[in-house]
Amino acid sequence: MYETTYHRAGSVGEASDLVSKAEDGKILGGGQTLLPTMKQRLASPSDLVDVTKIAEMNGICEGDGSLSIGAATTHAEVAASDLVKSKLPSLAGLAGGIGDPAVRHMGTIGGSIANNDPAADYPAALVALGATVVTSKRSLSAEDFFVGMFDTALDEDEIVVSVTFPLIEKGAYAKYPNPASRYAMAGVYVAKHQDGSVRVAVTGAGHYGVFRVDGMEAALAGNWSPDAVASIKVDAGSMLHDIHGSAAYRANLVTVMAKRAVSAAG
Amino acid sequence: MAIEGIGARALRKEDKRFITGKGQYTDDMVLPGMGHAAFVRSPHAHAKVTGIDASAALAMPGVDAVLTGDQLIGDGIGNLICGWMIHSKDGSPMKMGGWRALEPEVVRHVGQAVAVVVADTAAEARDAADAVVVDYEELPAVVDPVAALEPGAPQIHPEAEGNLIYDWEIGDAAAVDAAFAGAAHVTKMEIRNNRLVPNPMEPRAALASYNDAEEHHTLYTTSQNPHVARLVLSAFYNVAPEHKLRVIAPDVGGGFGSKIYIYPEEMVCLWASKRVGRPVKWVSDRTEAFLTDAHGRDHVSEAELALDADNRIIGLRVKTIANLGAYMSLFSSAVPTYLYATLLSGQYNIPAIHANVKTVYTNTTAVDAYRGAGRPEATYLLERIMETAAREVGLSPADFRRKNFVREFPHQTPVIMCYDAGDYDATLDAALSAADYAGFAARKAEAASRGKLRGIGISCYIEACGIAPSAAVGSLGAGVGLWESAEVRVNPVGTVEVLTGSHSHGQGHETTFAQLICERFGLDSDAVSIVHGDTDKVQFGMGTYGSRSGAVGMSAIVKALDKVEAKAKKIAAHLMEAAEGDIQIEGGELKVAGTDKKLSFTEVALAAYTAHNLPEGMEPGLKEGAFYDPSNFTFPAGTYVCEVEVDPETGKTEIVSFVAADDFGKVINPMIVEGQVHGGLVQGIGQALLENAAYDENGQLLTASYMDYTMPRADDVPSFSLSTHETLCPGNPLGMKGCGEAGAIGSPPAVINAITDAVGSNELAMPATPERVWQLCQAQLKQAAE
Amino acid sequence: MTKVSLVLNGKSVTCDVEDRTLLVSLIRDVRGLTGTHVGCDTSQCGACVVHVDGKAVKACTMLAAQAAGSDVVTLEGIGSADALHPVQAAFREHHGLQCGFCTPGMIMSAVDMINRHGAGNLDEATIRDELEGNICRCTGYHNIVKAIKAASDQMAGMAEAAE
Repeated sequence: MYETTYHRAGSVGEASDLVSKAEDGKILGGGQTLLPTMKQRLASPSDLVDVTKIAEMNGICEGDGSLSIGAATTHAEVAASDLVKSKLPSLAGLAGGIGDPAVRHMGTIGGSIANNDPAADYPAALVALGATVVTSKRSLSAEDFFVGMFDTALDEDEIVVSVTFPLIEKGAYAKYPNPASRYAMAGVYVAKHQDGSVRVAVTGAGHYGVFRVDGMEAALAGNWSPDAVASIKVDAGSMLHDIHGSAAYRANLVTVMAKRAVSAAG
Repeated sequence: MAIEGIGARALRKEDKRFITGKGQYTDDMVLPGMGHAAFVRSPHAHAKVTGIDASAALAMPGVDAVLTGDQLIGDGIGNLICGWMIHSKDGSPMKMGGWRALEPEVVRHVGQAVAVVVADTAAEARDAADAVVVDYEELPAVVDPVAALEPGAPQIHPEAEGNLIYDWEIGDAAAVDAAFAGAAHVTKMEIRNNRLVPNPMEPRAALASYNDAEEHHTLYTTSQNPHVARLVLSAFYNVAPEHKLRVIAPDVGGGFGSKIYIYPEEMVCLWASKRVGRPVKWVSDRTEAFLTDAHGRDHVSEAELALDADNRIIGLRVKTIANLGAYMSLFSSAVPTYLYATLLSGQYNIPAIHANVKTVYTNTTAVDAYRGAGRPEATYLLERIMETAAREVGLSPADFRRKNFVREFPHQTPVIMCYDAGDYDATLDAALSAADYAGFAARKAEAASRGKLRGIGISCYIEACGIAPSAAVGSLGAGVGLWESAEVRVNPVGTVEVLTGSHSHGQGHETTFAQLICERFGLDSDAVSIVHGDTDKVQFGMGTYGSRSGAVGMSAIVKALDKVEAKAKKIAAHLMEAAEGDIQIEGGELKVAGTDKKLSFTEVALAAYTAHNLPEGMEPGLKEGAFYDPSNFTFPAGTYVCEVEVDPETGKTEIVSFVAADDFGKVINPMIVEGQVHGGLVQGIGQALLENAAYDENGQLLTASYMDYTMPRADDVPSFSLSTHETLCPGNPLGMKGCGEAGAIGSPPAVINAITDAVGSNELAMPATPERVWQLCQAQLKQAAE
Repeated sequence: MTKVSLVLNGKSVTCDVEDRTLLVSLIRDVRGLTGTHVGCDTSQCGACVVHVDGKAVKACTMLAAQAAGSDVVTLEGIGSADALHPVQAAFREHHGLQCGFCTPGMIMSAVDMINRHGAGNLDEATIRDELEGNICRCTGYHNIVKAIKAASDQMAGMAEAAE
């Protein structure tokens, strides 16, 4: 790791200031992706601004038909939260399956979505649930937030403060992990919203990060059952391929995981 | 407290330090004034080094020196060597290319070191290494062993034309041709054995220091065989004379073969510590380990099995191309020859065998012995073709194997080995019974009702351990003998220290070896210490690999114990005025048979050292040494049965049951033996399902971290059902055969045979990744639909 | 450079370290507690697991500065040779270690797992799932799983007896 300068911010405003003044500043959440990247010398921020101790970025609260999760809330906290487990159990399930227990104790929802790793789990949840990302500057819909692989709509000095999830009728997330890294090779979040609409969001498989599957959404809106998606294939041409799986295999996994997610959602 | 002797499940003496954080691994060692090394490594698989500019690095904070290959050569440091000479079938010696610890001219694999930086801290050394500018002129690279032999392939070493290192054969080709000419059935297969990375959890490390007043070097390092390291560093690399070099292998966090060899980095630390005048430490990171630790396996073979009309095997023909990587590592030449082709007879009567092995250079990391070394490749090839042949002729795989078992011993195979003892029916029966083989059909039907494909696979393995006798391996080209040494020191107060040339890096020698002494003298294990891993403390020894520490290392201890016992009895007889033949040792006492006269072991030991009243002419002291040179290899064998369920939608394989029935000869500590089997099985299952060192066509290692190299994790594997069945090895005093590698040798074909059974297709290569298995399921579905 | 104050195995310590210093480096290199190991660069092997404010974390993927003000416990802090923690004892009793290198992280993860699920509430499948972030190359996991299960059950018994 190259030398850097560590700051611990006490407020969102202070964090924004520190990042904007730095030559090449980065926000540090749990660091579970950023620090390994820095250790491999693939990133060399001049300054790290730790936002995990900022009070307004921590905690989970219930709003009117929604849950709001502070950006510095860890995966373990989301997974173990009674509120999330009762109001949005599919999200608690997703959080409990990210990384391993030690990673979940450090990794944060804000860090995960700000990095927008194409194999991360949370982007699927945000898109499927139609979440709103609240930043230090504005509110963005999940689909506006995620721009592409490792890319978001965030400005250099903009910080994710919280994420608001609408409550849904039912939903589930099913993931097929990469056997080595255990990141998603195909993770599918299916959500039936209170207005009857359906969203299906896929992570891990696509070239450009998280994406929705219109055909599956339409099929499930008419018939919420695993069979409804069993014959719907995504285009292999837009799937990732690497030593762990071809595009065709990933396309197959998307269908299989979608079926299993619907089945798990009940 | 009961005496924990041979056969006791004694808890490990070494554990307390490990479970409380008090182990002492190389990276835990700190020497005053120590600097840190970081290596500058090639990003190219094959390139000319056209310039090295260290000026920026030298100007960075904390940097002592940047050293390169020219300086190494200037100081007379020798090339790395391969210590086993193999001759091609035309009689010509193997073609060994030069391997320098820091390469000044042509780099031949990604990660090869071209320079080293020594600095005050590890971070400063790394920063400066990144600032060393190396100019390369890229050359075409080749990574596939078959492609490397093709005309026009990039030439890797000038010494080895067409990249061929040797073209070796074993067996009687004419007899095999005759067998095939008369065969009723021939089974043919192409079989690949995937390249693996050993991955002990402790990465390699070295801490070297030099005392200029004494002209003496010390090297702490992660070695399985510190004496061999010292010998090679001294005799071949000219770093220091043996008596001026102390090599210490303290607690070592696993080896699996990869810590046998003397690598560039350890040698460079030793040399650099003298040049820069301060101790130098280097600790490999995991990616460096992937790029530079010797890899394992990587064979491409064609195999043909000939059967007569009664389904008895009459011939086996094998052609193998083995990839040795960019350089010939220390024992690399022996692995695909004498540790591989000599095991191709398996547990079976095969009257005629011929194997041709070509080894090749490629622009990949060097390949050498990894847990099993040659024997997993032989077992995989044979047990895959046995299973396939059984299916082709319509016999049950178990019956087909049983029909061809060796049952009379000694049994001379057509490929050098003479099996001394075994009972292959016993382990097959035990495994089939434990696996409820008879009830498989019902389980398969039940799985099908859940949409899962269930399969069962058998593997009957044999291996050869101990590695010896020295004269025999010498005649086959080995540069060293393969005996072991021991010294048993009884202290004046009756406690015992055993100095062994074996080295423990997880095998539990401190416990198992002590059990021999406890058994012999009736002592509590607290009264015994096992000393190993330090060339200043222990007499020359050969170290630990090839499952040899029991059969060879403990045999040396037994020989030394025999001498100690004889002397102790003489002293006791003299002191108690009895005949030597009447002295019996029991419960820590030396007794005169048929009387109540006795002396404690402590009293006898003390008498030996006070020397006030010893038999006429006897030297004082109670300390004896021994060297043991085995009379033959040992032949552990057994049967493994694996049962799997495949999810046809994802191709994911779950191992639902795994049964191992092994014959390791005499078992000293069943708990430790079981642990060895568990670990071996998971490495073998890892090879079958998960692990693969993959290169792209330019020679970049695609699996250079745990993000891409699939290490078996706890949720990838099941708990195991084990049993052991003893037929004693007649070749050594304890009847031991060795247990360290069996699991890794026997398990891969059991897993693959089970999956191919489940999916109904034989076209499966290791690792059986979910995608590969899914493809087979898709093909089967398509076929069924047509 | 940054000044990091934290509580390490019950003792308050203050160290001046480079900002890039990892927690594992503070523990091992600055404080000389070498029971915590480093086995990979990518936060996967788990040999470096310690507890920060009562939770298992990978000390190779946390800056020392991030742990400032925290309570850090390493393997050396949970028990000693004379007074082993039940998980330490169970690893020995069930031969849950061979080379010992992954053992510190295994034990610290096991203690954390028992803390979270409650003593006595672990079955084999849960233990295997929970060990996703700890790699062992020697034991094949069989005896590690046995050791954790036994420790969990034994600790439940101890808790019951104490009531």
